[in-house]
Amino acid sequence: MPNFIDRRLNPKDKSLGNRQRFLKRAREELKRVIKEQVKSDRIIDVDAAHGVPMPTDGANEPTFQPARGSGARNYVLPGNKQFSAGDRLPKPEAGGGGGGKGRPGTGESEDDFQFILSREEVLDLFFEDLELPDMVKLSLKETVTFKPRRAGFATAGTPTNINVGRTMRNSFGRRLALHRPKEKELTALTEEIARIEAAPEISPKDRQRLSELRSELEKIEKKRRRIPYVDPVDIRFNRFEQQPLPNANAVMFCLMDVSASMGEREKDLAKRFFVLLHLFLKRRYERIDIVFIRHTDEAREVDEETFFYSTQSGGTIVSTALEEMIRIIEDRYPSQIWNIYAAQASDGDNIIGDSEHCAALLREKLTKLCQYYAYVEIIDERETEIFGSTDNGTALWRSYRTVDGEKSNFQMTRIAKPADIYPVFRRLFARQPATRTRK
Amino acid sequence: MARRATSGLLFQGSDWNFATLSRAYDAIETVALEEMGLSVYPNQLEIITSEQMLDAYSSVGMPLMYQHWSFGKRFAYEEHHYRKGHRGLAYELVINSNPCITYLMEENTMAMQALVTAHAAFGHNHFFKNNYLFRQWTDAGAILSYMDFAKKYVSKCEERHGTAAVEAILDSAHALMDQGVFRYRRPPRLSSEKVRERARERLEYEEQTYSDLWRTLPQTAESHDPAEAERDASERKKVLNLPEENLLYFLEKHSLILEPWQRELLRIVRVIAQYFYPQRQTKVMNEGCATFVHYTIINRLYDQGRIGEGHMLELLQSHSNVVFQPDFDDRRYPGINPYALGFAMMQDIQRIATEPTDEDRDWFPSFAGNGDWMETLRDAWANHRDESFILQYLSPAVMRKFRLFHLADRASERFVEVASIHNERGYSAVRSALANSYDVAANQPDIQVMDVDLLGDRHLRLQHNVKNGILLEEGSRDATLRHVRHLWGYEVSLAGVDPQTGRTLYECSTAKHA
Repeated sequence: MPNFIDRRLNPKDKSLGNRQRFLKRAREELKRVIKEQVKSDRIIDVDAAHGVPMPTDGANEPTFQPARGSGARNYVLPGNKQFSAGDRLPKPEAGGGGGGKGRPGTGESEDDFQFILSREEVLDLFFEDLELPDMVKLSLKETVTFKPRRAGFATAGTPTNINVGRTMRNSFGRRLALHRPKEKELTALTEEIARIEAAPEISPKDRQRLSELRSELEKIEKKRRRIPYVDPVDIRFNRFEQQPLPNANAVMFCLMDVSASMGEREKDLAKRFFVLLHLFLKRRYERIDIVFIRHTDEAREVDEETFFYSTQSGGTIVSTALEEMIRIIEDRYPSQIWNIYAAQASDGDNIIGDSEHCAALLREKLTKLCQYYAYVEIIDERETEIFGSTDNGTALWRSYRTVDGEKSNFQMTRIAKPADIYPVFRRLFARQPATRTRK
Repeated sequence: MARRATSGLLFQGSDWNFATLSRAYDAIETVALEEMGLSVYPNQLEIITSEQMLDAYSSVGMPLMYQHWSFGKRFAYEEHHYRKGHRGLAYELVINSNPCITYLMEENTMAMQALVTAHAAFGHNHFFKNNYLFRQWTDAGAILSYMDFAKKYVSKCEERHGTAAVEAILDSAHALMDQGVFRYRRPPRLSSEKVRERARERLEYEEQTYSDLWRTLPQTAESHDPAEAERDASERKKVLNLPEENLLYFLEKHSLILEPWQRELLRIVRVIAQYFYPQRQTKVMNEGCATFVHYTIINRLYDQGRIGEGHMLELLQSHSNVVFQPDFDDRRYPGINPYALGFAMMQDIQRIATEPTDEDRDWFPSFAGNGDWMETLRDAWANHRDESFILQYLSPAVMRKFRLFHLADRASERFVEVASIHNERGYSAVRSALANSYDVAANQPDIQVMDVDLLGDRHLRLQHNVKNGILLEEGSRDATLRHVRHLWGYEVSLAGVDPQTGRTLYECSTAKHA
């Protein structure tokens, strides 16, 4: 007699701990991959599901492995049909040599093993770096219009909103429950009474029957009166709720200085800021356009690729970008239809004398056209201590400072590292105490 | 049909319960022990669910295993393929231990449970108990308690030193698992629980009482004499027992930076690697043996009238799925199926022993026509590993059946050459080429510790004896070398040497990666 043991009731998930460890490890790796992808993806794609192949470096288990395509190997394969000794077969093109099939001892391939991250997971990983405390707290400023939307039923309302189906269903249930006499019973009784009365002669037995029927009829009619066909308690009204309606269109202008001083780090920070802005706007608008304007000593509208990766450089005249933006707005985005947002990222370098012109453009034109204009100055980490919160700084900073107090839809701030972005973003887009309207 | 007795069917329908399992087991046991003369460890059959099977997969099939993320990765990988339907779960899992543990999945039909019992609880079990590699290199009686110890030890280390620190050591040790076995000399037997406990206590005591102040060894004088340096080197190599092919063992014993608990972790990984080493050398034999045993037993039970015809069809279908061998040009070809090859060879041995042809008499004079196929097989199972088994027993008939051919592939040429095929002139060549491909030791990179200067810069020198010009894949080589460095604590270099010419083919070192 063998020893049978039923292990089915044992706790399962014996490998749960291992899996958690693996996921923790994979998560580190995913974070790295997401970071890479945020860098290389288009802004609108950051907010999408991603497939991240595993294993990747962090979860790799290296061992000494023989290299393909070196040395001499021997294979024994089954299923020879036409070969004889001495035949020569051309090697398959791909795979760097080797007998193609049947290579022994080359571990299994794990190519198609992927983590697919949902949108939320991608955003979680993305925001982790930004030290986002709670995604929900992203406050929505200035909700503009409301639209009533169906939201269940109510017991009170206007007659136009009566929901007949629901009302009749309630009424039917109530009638069933309270045994309201049916129409059919009533007609049966009246017909019988009529039949007896119609007879030429009424026997005493019939008379007896007639009075029974009449009292029965009276009872039923009374009951039917007591239990109405439709009672006020049955009535249901469609309920509507006022829901904020996203404005139809928004356009987001990304303005960036691409002079030599804007290096990899600066562009990465700027990109993260723009990505965040895009995510934010996407929650409110059905359609968002993004316009990228880069400038050196002249400004040009470019595609995203060029915006972040082109290395063109030159002198710096910031006002050209603002003028280009004004031109594009007049050209394509009339401000009465479009909600216009702009974010400008720069390291603050500007040609002498131009900064005042920029401030003037902002004050006269842009702050009037835009819902909101944010200026982000990207500074060196070491400079944070010096410039922490003072008004001192570059010429651009100082002249923008004059606009800052004056126009409530203009905000400016400095960032030095990824962790700064979110708090700064929060500050820039915080709900304003008074509702603003566009002038 | 005349032979069919009517002693009644063992089971009906496809549902199983413990009564039918037990009845089938007894019938199978009678055939296995009395008719086939198998000798097995006591059996322990455990019923598990498919989820538990996945769990068991991911901890390399051991009922007890320490925690490590790589097992979680394995689980995720297996589950991914299972969910997608790329592959099914194994019907069974069996552990080389005493008592021998066999997992039966609850989803199996009763007929499958009988098949698994015959296959694992008798086939594999007999092989584990009798094969010389397992007898010599593993301790079936001690492995479960050792795994228990290992699991507890690792979790204790995690408590004391943190998960990350333990993981770092285990990661590095896992990378060297293939280089962590003794191939030619027997490792010390696993000590019993008590002895191990004592050794560990001593270790902990040393740990607590060690003080660097007691280091009173005088500095050795600098020597510039090359002859003396040479003598020093050979002296040193002798003391360290170099060259050493077991990297994990060398690091465990001689690494200067490892703390006692870290050495113990290396030892645990090494012991497990060693425990599984015989299984890697006997895939064809082990599976062949189990398949042959289940095939013989179910046929015998059918003859006795104890398995119904419907069930027999089901069993034969599973059996032929298991021994299916697609041709090399088939899209499903995954390599030579060890079940198919092992089973075919063992059936062939049975045939040669009972009804030999002239060819068989030429090739296998020692047992052709001896009539006692069971004895011949038991002898083969006990005394061979895949390589030697194929070299001795692969017959021309089986080579023809599989239509085996031998391809020679030189990296420098644009053609692969058909070196030999299954014909009169090619039998021996095909056979030895196939045998060779099952020689685990020969097919793994041969990497040895050559030298280290313990009093100098402590640079560890490894040598890769390049066989047939097959180099190492560079990315994983450098990554693995970094793991060696992690355990050794100082620079490590690896030189690839052609053993014929003594020429150095490549050299790499961790110094430039540091």
